[in-house]
Amino acid sequence: MKKSRMILIIILIAIIMALGILSFGPGASQRIDIVGSTSVQPVAEKLVEEYKISHPDVKINVQGGGSSLGIKTVHDGIADIGMSSKELDSSGKEGISEYEIGRDGIVVAVNVKNNVSDLTKSQLKDIFSGKITNWREVGGNDGEIHIVCREAGSGTLNAFEDIVMGDTKIKRDAIVQSSTEAVKQSVKQDENAIGFVSFAHVSDDVKTLNIGGVTPGNETIADGSYELQRPFLFLVKGNPSGELKKFIDWTGGSEAQKIIEEEKIIKSTE
Amino acid sequence: MKKSLYELLIENALFLTALLSCFIILIISAFIFIEGLPAIQEYGFFKFLLGNLWSPNDGEFGVFSMIAGSLYVTFLALLISTPLSVLCATFMAEVAGEKVRNILKPIIQTLSGIPSVVYGFFGLVVLVPFIMSHFGGSGFSVITAALILSVMILPTIISVSYDSLRAVPGEYREASLGLGATGWQTIRRVVIPSALPGIITAIILGMGRAVGETLAVIMVVGNVSKIPYSIFEPARTLTSNIALEMSYATGIHYHALFTTAVILFILIMLLLVVVKCIQRRFSLDISGGSL
Repeated sequence: MKKSRMILIIILIAIIMALGILSFGPGASQRIDIVGSTSVQPVAEKLVEEYKISHPDVKINVQGGGSSLGIKTVHDGIADIGMSSKELDSSGKEGISEYEIGRDGIVVAVNVKNNVSDLTKSQLKDIFSGKITNWREVGGNDGEIHIVCREAGSGTLNAFEDIVMGDTKIKRDAIVQSSTEAVKQSVKQDENAIGFVSFAHVSDDVKTLNIGGVTPGNETIADGSYELQRPFLFLVKGNPSGELKKFIDWTGGSEAQKIIEEEKIIKSTE
Repeated sequence: MKKSLYELLIENALFLTALLSCFIILIISAFIFIEGLPAIQEYGFFKFLLGNLWSPNDGEFGVFSMIAGSLYVTFLALLISTPLSVLCATFMAEVAGEKVRNILKPIIQTLSGIPSVVYGFFGLVVLVPFIMSHFGGSGFSVITAALILSVMILPTIISVSYDSLRAVPGEYREASLGLGATGWQTIRRVVIPSALPGIITAIILGMGRAVGETLAVIMVVGNVSKIPYSIFEPARTLTSNIALEMSYATGIHYHALFTTAVILFILIMLLLVVVKCIQRRFSLDISGGSL
């Protein structure tokens, strides 16, 4: 009997605690909201983590949602910093200060046994739209091309669509994988597969293709000669001041640069 | 007097906990329906249900191919898993000795303790290449997902059918054997029919797990939102659709994912009703004495 009463009390306490945690959010004095691209998000989170060590009284909140949401919320003044992984158009630029953290390459990966090593951007577009269906058509061995794609909303997919596909759609029966690692795994074990991943995640178990004769690498992305690349931007409405300015200035410093380099985000030299 | 007050307290506390779980389920369903409603209003329920094109960037939200995908994968998994697990449970309950049973039970329990991501990864690394090299295509297919799922639901179906087989009274067996029936005749004509309602419950639980499984399926099914015409073609299930796109979706796309959950909810309800009807028919047959 005693035991069952104890259990009841424990259950009640657990419920009350759960409700308590739900209803009392953290009360913050200094708060910076960062919203936007899910591709920039991991880097931003790393930066914030490091920043918090030296500035423990500042509360910074990093949230995804996509580049468009980042641009919109910063215009509306909902977010303090917007993250974008694509260039802004002229209306997007109005009243906005842009800070480029660096550049990220999109790398096309095939199986190591594939003897194709170079594609042009238009060949790539035809492959993903379904116009080219056999590796023979681009100088490879006979074999049906298996396209491995990312899910709708993924930052990498958006970037690939923006840069390579334009208005053309990726063909509907392309296999969809939910993570970079799953894409790489699929390409690794299928001789006829083709997929795309972010430059930061390239590894030796897949073969990376040259695009228009340019090998993806630190230098070619930095000087802009490798075509499949995108900027990682922090956007601030007007000119930053106070804590916001401190944080933005800090991201240009050496501490932050080390983290950005570790994440394989490349500083532009253009 | 003191005791009855205590009893009253316990009774009420138990009632409250029961109420709480009902309440939580209600809140969750209400939340799903409220979040899903805007997409239904904007896009139309039947267009949503019967539309064949899912392309959130173009504002197309047809989930019919995913309903087909979910049903395909689930039934195929049940088709593979049910005979295997019911026979295994029969062996454990009726044929095997104490020693063998003591080895088998923990093994099957371990099977149910493996996290689904492990099953998914095993499927991705072992089964997908196997299907690709033996049956062509990319290896991501309905059959790959069904095979993984059938292994995942084995322990559920085995342990519940095992319990219901063990619950068949010993007199039934003795009576049957006493009439001169062989062991197999007894199992087939007496024990299994008596345990059938329990076995059907086991299959329902397995089905529930198969319809709801997400992570392992995402990794091996290919997630192509097209109706699969053969078991070697890729498909997308309702659950994998939600999990794939939830992290980025905004606006109507976000609500459309909740509408997908509403459809899944209705689908599971329908399946449960159908199975309940089947179950009632079988249990009537038995109590009617037509063994």
